Amino acid sequence: MSTQDIIDTLAGIEPGSALDAIRARRLQARENAQKSYLSLFEPIDAGDVSLAERAAVAAFVTGLHGESPVATFYRDKLAANANGAPLLEAIDAEIARGRTSGPYGSYPAGPLSIENTAGLIYRVSAASKPALGAKLAAALEHAHLLVFRPRDAAASDMKALLDAGWSTTGIVTFSQLVAFLSFQVRVVSGLRTLAAVNA
Amino acid sequence: MSATVNPPVVFSQDELGWVSWIDPLPEAELTERHFNGLVDRSRAKSEYFRLLVRDPEVLEARTKTDKDIFYNVADGLPRAERELAAAATSRYNGCIYCASVHARFASTYSKRRDDVQRLLDEGVKADLGERWNAVVKASVALAATPIAFGPDNIAELRRAGLDDAEIVDVINGASFFNWANRLMLSLGEPSK
Repeated sequence: MSTQDIIDTLAGIEPGSALDAIRARRLQARENAQKSYLSLFEPIDAGDVSLAERAAVAAFVTGLHGESPVATFYRDKLAANANGAPLLEAIDAEIARGRTSGPYGSYPAGPLSIENTAGLIYRVSAASKPALGAKLAAALEHAHLLVFRPRDAAASDMKALLDAGWSTTGIVTFSQLVAFLSFQVRVVSGLRTLAAVNA
Repeated sequence: MSATVNPPVVFSQDELGWVSWIDPLPEAELTERHFNGLVDRSRAKSEYFRLLVRDPEVLEARTKTDKDIFYNVADGLPRAERELAAAATSRYNGCIYCASVHARFASTYSKRRDDVQRLLDEGVKADLGERWNAVVKASVALAATPIAFGPDNIAELRRAGLDDAEIVDVINGASFFNWANRLMLSLGEPSK
């Protein structure tokens, strides 16, 4: 078990600093953001989503947010996984192809339709598919939707994951993984910004 | 299931239902491990939580993170403004369900129901006064990908009277809804 708080580490929060004291006032949130991380990356049961799949999705999702200590951390995690390292090249290529600006997407037809915003509908390249395999390729396409255009999500996207070999429980874990990372990368960015302003 | 779904097409403060697109665990199959994941046993009645409890350890940690960020009001940002950050994030990401819940909470705790409604009707550019504008703008900047939150947001929050602990509450609350919105939007849909 890792003992170091991952958000503090990635945000560069030193023990005894002002931000350390502020974080300590939300101790349950701090400890459970850490437990969320551990439950996702050191799970009791990785039967539905392998550790290499988790690391690949994490490197992709955080990489889509741009260069950052968080993206580097998860890329390193992928590189350190024996089954993950062979995926690095494909993940890097797909990050480069997938980067865009969000959120965008469509609302249910009605008064909100005027707010519909078009954007990239990302699909994994033919070149990366052999390395990634069908299950992970489907995951990256869905992860991209979750990162940039979550309001486009539809029941048919669940079917696409099931058809690609994801179990229902695997979809829940995978969705939590992408959603958690969306949280973690923002908390780290916010805290780093605050620390830099105060430095 | 889908035959009974009546999806809302506008943001509102109404109480909405939520229907899963994939199978939640049946209540009869829940074990102690699952109840630990649910944290509150009463959540076994909710389709959303019975779906998420398929990964109980993650759900338990997520739920406890959520509760402390929003309910721990011993110090820091008033609950109303944490809920405002949640509602603004949900409005910007497009989560009609999450926005309805947290707009209602923001209204309840702030007693500014009309201002909250303007956030829903006009969107995140609605003029809600200096302090709320700063909270909404910071939440929106954090929700953008790439993340657009920067020193200007901190300066604006400080001008509006927030100290660093309160700014961290904004960061936590807004960031958390980037987690919640993605689950609610992608695993099922709201129903009136």
